[in-house]
Amino acid sequence: MFHALIARIKQGHRTMPYPKAPLRMPDRLRGYPDLKPEALSGESAACPFGALSTTDGGCLDLGKCLFCAECPAGPVSFTTDYRLAVTKREHLLVRPGVERHFAAPLPPDLRKLFGRSLKFREVSAGGCNACEADTNVLSTIGWDLGRFGIQFVASPRHADGLWVTGPVTENMRLALLQTYEAIPAPKIVVACGACAINGGPFQDAEAVHNGVDGFLPVDLYIPGCPPHPATILDGLLRILDKLR
Amino acid sequence: MSDLLTFYNGSALPIGDIPAPGPDQFLQTLGDHLDRGWRVISYFGVPEGDKTALFCLLAARSEGQLGMMQTLATHGHFPSLSRHYPQLQLFEREIAEQCGLVMDDHPWYKPVRFHHAFVPDRDGWGRSSSEQIRVGVMDFYQVAGEEVHEVAVGPVHAGIIEPGHFRFQCHGEQVFHLEISLGYQHRGIEQMLIGGPHPRSLFQMETIAGDTTIGHGQAYCMVMEALAGVRPTAAAQALRGIALELERLANHTGDLGAIAGDVGYLPTASFCGRIRGDFLNMSAVLCGSRFGRGLLCPGGTIFDLDKELRSGLLKSLDTARSELTTAIDLLWSTPSVMGRLEGTGAVPHEFAAELGLVGPAARASGLKRDVRQDFPFGIFRMVHIPVVTGYHGDVCARTVIRWQEAQKSLDFATEQLRQFPGGGHRVAVPAIGANRCAVALTEGWRGEICHVALTDANSRFRRYKITDPSFHNWQGLAMALRGQQISDFPLCNKSFNLSYCGFDL
Repeated sequence: MFHALIARIKQGHRTMPYPKAPLRMPDRLRGYPDLKPEALSGESAACPFGALSTTDGGCLDLGKCLFCAECPAGPVSFTTDYRLAVTKREHLLVRPGVERHFAAPLPPDLRKLFGRSLKFREVSAGGCNACEADTNVLSTIGWDLGRFGIQFVASPRHADGLWVTGPVTENMRLALLQTYEAIPAPKIVVACGACAINGGPFQDAEAVHNGVDGFLPVDLYIPGCPPHPATILDGLLRILDKLR
Repeated sequence: MSDLLTFYNGSALPIGDIPAPGPDQFLQTLGDHLDRGWRVISYFGVPEGDKTALFCLLAARSEGQLGMMQTLATHGHFPSLSRHYPQLQLFEREIAEQCGLVMDDHPWYKPVRFHHAFVPDRDGWGRSSSEQIRVGVMDFYQVAGEEVHEVAVGPVHAGIIEPGHFRFQCHGEQVFHLEISLGYQHRGIEQMLIGGPHPRSLFQMETIAGDTTIGHGQAYCMVMEALAGVRPTAAAQALRGIALELERLANHTGDLGAIAGDVGYLPTASFCGRIRGDFLNMSAVLCGSRFGRGLLCPGGTIFDLDKELRSGLLKSLDTARSELTTAIDLLWSTPSVMGRLEGTGAVPHEFAAELGLVGPAARASGLKRDVRQDFPFGIFRMVHIPVVTGYHGDVCARTVIRWQEAQKSLDFATEQLRQFPGGGHRVAVPAIGANRCAVALTEGWRGEICHVALTDANSRFRRYKITDPSFHNWQGLAMALRGQQISDFPLCNKSFNLSYCGFDL
């Protein structure tokens, strides 16, 4: 007992002050892209995942981008800005000089229902355990997701939303859709990570379905491979209008 | 030993040099070696027309030697040896599923991942290629009796974890048998690699099991380097070693916390949950990704590690070591925790050996098995990490092993950061060789990772075989549950913490 108390004192209070104080990101983090029009105008190698197009002034699809350390297509560099989540699929298309989008708050009726208590049922449908791990980490004492009224629950019957990771393998398709069915309406869907948005590294593979978009209406897209926990939390706080 | 071609980890050899006896001699040699204490690291098929080439990779008990042989199955059938050597059972089922080669007299003949064979019109179970294969639909082992009942769990589980199906045969609380049926995460990675390497391949390798990005990523880089005949620089080897041990530290810390959580001991659970994040953040310092994405490339590493970053990491490691020690020491001094860990889910030494377990699960049962020592690669050729083993093979042993390994990893990473070699971190990789076979083994945090590549006459992958440690170890979890209470399943499961996607590929 004394050991536990001493350990508790040594460990201290560790919940981060975010969102009141800003977060410090590692210098090498690859967040929001820095698209330079002059770099996009020339010929560039093809992105293996079809994320970059150089026609019409250039466009980077953050839903397909894996934020590679060395952009195989060449002209893209990344800032450490982790705020990437959006509420509409087309808002993931980044064009130089075009207004940037953040996740928008849910409609007022849903915000009224979920604003103080939002429960998710997570389903990994071919996820590699990285998106899962960085979703899980939000419930640890450092991030303490519970203080925002958000929680991951065991049963879809107790949930307000479905949290999808993975490219939706054919072998998980049915279980995923049945879990969605089991959640009482009204309900929301979150696509967490490049796989859930568009198939990620497994895009167009025979055994997968290029994400959840074709199956269910998605309310929040969180890009990244995997997204940083801060990217996830930013999206969640924005749809609940707790961050602007 | 002319029956096998022997070589060392990280080599590439002409495929023509691999002895190719007939099936009878192949099986005889396989059995002889297993009887002498060799073990199977990988055993896979390459479907070619209506034939199947079979390759078997074995490891000697000592001397760091690997041995390989091949044969050609010309009919649609091949004899199974699983009745005599249980460590083969899953490999043989996998060959049947991937190549459509029927394994005769297999005692446990069921699909592994529930997909069609790599080649159309061939199927190990006589199904047509138009027939839809439904995942999890198979003949489950059943125990009969008036008071016997069956518990089915999954694919969707209670927490944020990957999907799999577990079928328990119980008598009251007591588990007679647990059967584990996976395949839900199957993304078809090996199929996609045929004809590779593709521009997407490295990214798929990093996500075979996303929590083992460095372990699998490094194996892929070693295969490419062996095929191209280049060797990474000392700085690259050291950096890869540091990243691999940081990955081990993050995951072992997470597991220690999760084990504490599963016995209801919340202080260690919550401390470790956070400290795990500190180790992930150290990986992010290396390469921007908490999971090591984008650090490795064939030929070395994409990022370097300058003095400023090294001193920052040393400071972080020091803090993490002291906080982790405080958190973990609580476990050993809390009788209610030890009471739950000790004697739960034991896998005896001989079971572990027969099943061919690897990694911490094998070491907890007293098997001294660690790629870093047995088949040293990269930095581990110069610097040796002591291997720790347990004895009882129970949850407690698997917990203690993790903590001891974490300490060794801390020592290793600290030492490497202090004496980090100078020089470049990346060399150019020329075109890879044709008709060659490359083998790379690494010791991921779950255990032995094996990648084997076979190239064709055009230097493309004729076959690329991946064996995740979980492939060897899921059966260990099933055996650990025998005679246990079903309520101890979460604890036993956590003490193995195996990968679903690494198994399902």
